[in-house]
Amino acid sequence: MKHLKTIVATAAVIAATSSVYAQGREHIEIVGSSTVYPFATVVAETFGNKTEFKTPKIESTGSGGGLKLFCSGTGVDTPDITNASRRIKQSEVELCASNGVNNVTEVQIGYDGIAIANAKSGQDFSLTRRDIFLALAKEVPGANDGELVENTAKTWQDVNPDLPAIAIEVLGPPPTSGTRDAFVELAMEGGCKSFDWIKAMKKEDKSKYKEVCHTIREDGAFIEAGENDNLIVQKLEKNPDALGIFGFSFLDQNSDKVKGAQVDGADITFENIADGSYPVSRPLYFYVKSDHVGKIPGIAEFIAEFTDEDTWGDEGYLTDKGLIPLNEELRAEIGEAANSLKPLTL
Amino acid sequence: MKDSTKIIKAGLNKRYAREKRFKFFGLCSIILSFAFLLILLSTIVGRGLPAFQQTYMKLDVTLDEETLGVTSNSSSKELFSAKYDKVIRNTLYDMFPNVSDRKEKRALRNIVSNSAAYDLRDKVIANPELLGTTQSYWFLAKDDVDVYMKGNIDRNLPESDRRIKDFQLVWIDRLIAEDRLEKRFNTVLFNAADSREPEQAGMRGAIMGSFLTMLVTLLLSFPVAVAAAAYLEEFAPQNNRWVDLIEVNINNLAAVPSIVFGLLGLAVFINFFGVPRSTPLIGGLVLSLMTLPTIIIASRAAIKAVPPSIKEAAIGMGASPVQTLFQHTLPLAMPGILTGTIIGMAQALGETAPLLMIGMVAFVAEVPGGIFDPATVMPVQIYLWSDSPERAFTERTSAAIMVLLAFLIVMNLIAIILRKKFERRW
Repeated sequence: MKHLKTIVATAAVIAATSSVYAQGREHIEIVGSSTVYPFATVVAETFGNKTEFKTPKIESTGSGGGLKLFCSGTGVDTPDITNASRRIKQSEVELCASNGVNNVTEVQIGYDGIAIANAKSGQDFSLTRRDIFLALAKEVPGANDGELVENTAKTWQDVNPDLPAIAIEVLGPPPTSGTRDAFVELAMEGGCKSFDWIKAMKKEDKSKYKEVCHTIREDGAFIEAGENDNLIVQKLEKNPDALGIFGFSFLDQNSDKVKGAQVDGADITFENIADGSYPVSRPLYFYVKSDHVGKIPGIAEFIAEFTDEDTWGDEGYLTDKGLIPLNEELRAEIGEAANSLKPLTL
Repeated sequence: MKDSTKIIKAGLNKRYAREKRFKFFGLCSIILSFAFLLILLSTIVGRGLPAFQQTYMKLDVTLDEETLGVTSNSSSKELFSAKYDKVIRNTLYDMFPNVSDRKEKRALRNIVSNSAAYDLRDKVIANPELLGTTQSYWFLAKDDVDVYMKGNIDRNLPESDRRIKDFQLVWIDRLIAEDRLEKRFNTVLFNAADSREPEQAGMRGAIMGSFLTMLVTLLLSFPVAVAAAAYLEEFAPQNNRWVDLIEVNINNLAAVPSIVFGLLGLAVFINFFGVPRSTPLIGGLVLSLMTLPTIIIASRAAIKAVPPSIKEAAIGMGASPVQTLFQHTLPLAMPGILTGTIIGMAQALGETAPLLMIGMVAFVAEVPGGIFDPATVMPVQIYLWSDSPERAFTERTSAAIMVLLAFLIVMNLIAIILRKKFERRW
């Protein structure tokens, strides 16, 4: 049983070395949303360059996965910060508390808009959320209240007579993507709720309500184009009749190739997303484990760097990467709360 | 003619034709696979080659003490946090005094990489006497300028279809006329760790991460695998049900999808033993699980190939079984074992899927110094770059693929040379 001994010995070595490691960690560990990842990495890098602290390590695990890791305990082997493209849920706060993570500071960093865009050479679109729902849902309300029928709309004109008579063809991210979640929740559900009887259903049968509002048609009108937003932009360029769904930062980077549609009468611009008049936008957050401040070097300084005017301000370097900043009062308020590690209240 | 000869004659043409057809199909498939390989390699090389060059920009910076907010007797800490970015900014504003629009000013600041301020800082700290003087230095140009200099932005397109606008072209033209823009060999690509700014991004961190991970993998899997193979070949009881079971399972393990090892690593090493995430240690542990079966199978074949006459002669001369193994069988089997090991390691070097589960797909901006530092590996770096929106990352992705391929080719070459040189035939 020679190799068994070796394995036992190896296991002992692993256990010994990792307990040595567990006594301290020099760098900040960040996990969480892939939407916040491009912003957090830039801040981390600048922080590493500007200060004498080590550059934080950032993993892109998705908002839910990040919060799960974050809430798994308070030791040095757990992350210090998690990024999220949605607010923390009550159930996650409870999970945190059950593992001893009681002091959490919430920092909202800005907004992300979801663009519904087509090629520059294509027609201008002005959609409402109701149009989006009627065009893309699997089942749509029939002639009578409470009746659902298969979605047979072929062109945008079938959905709304004011829209162009172009076949419905939308390229979007797959269900694993955070952008898809946000699109479904904000655009589809927003349009879905505009039918009173469906809205009433939310109270009676929540799962049925979700199924109606969140299910996208599968007959080829909605095409899952993969997680890579660059690819969607390229495909839109080749097909001026198609619409695509992706994050605002990609619209911003490719403003020479694609243009965003109006939603509920609002253009997709910095200002409209920031003041909330463009409805398909979501706030971005990061959460800090306050118990780790002072134990892991540099967390307070990292928060200070993130909430610096040169970082998240109107002219800050995060806007170069496509973040839509908060307004000035919110920045002042949230910045102060963040730097004084004000505990989270839901 | 005999009847049988007739029958053979009649079928002969058909048989020749069949042989020709078979040869033709075989040749076709080889040509086809070579063509695909050629297309793949030529696109990668064609795209990646420009990444080995990088545009630099010469600026005459005045290290004015007032702008920097320090004096000649400031401490090194004050020097560290002085306002070097302001110096760079003022230099650019002085060079192009006509720029007054706020948006254009911002674009002007962005023609040079933001690493310029850090470069300047390091120079001043190394030599504080520079304060108060004017120096010309070469700084990294911003990625958009770099992409333009490499001819990947067509200035004849309408302005709205270009990332570099007309007013920026005027600046670039002037800088070129004054010999202030120059393409040089891209040392950053090999000297820096990952960065979100394409011009500052390098592979050093990933190469070191791969090296450390492979080191852990080798140290763990090689002795365990050779010991297992030697035991199974030389000492294990023959025709024992348990031994057969183990053999079947080792062969099965070699075919298990690699992501499964990642999940195993997460459950056992991270959650149970508490090994830190994203480190070469955990990466090496998981990858050694993956390479173990490969090495065991190769080692067993090599040990089996050693002729029994040699072992019997050793036993006959009074050597113990262990002496026979270490003094005769293993040295003779070593070339085969090493070939198997190198091939297993090359396979592990190109692996990303199991690393996804154990946190090695991460942004790590520092070169790892040991097996406890956070690290990524080369294939993960390729994946991360290919997913970035900045256009300059496209060519760097291909360059990174070229570097990884170079490593793999070298490793496989060593395996072939070892085999050719040391293999003994009996």
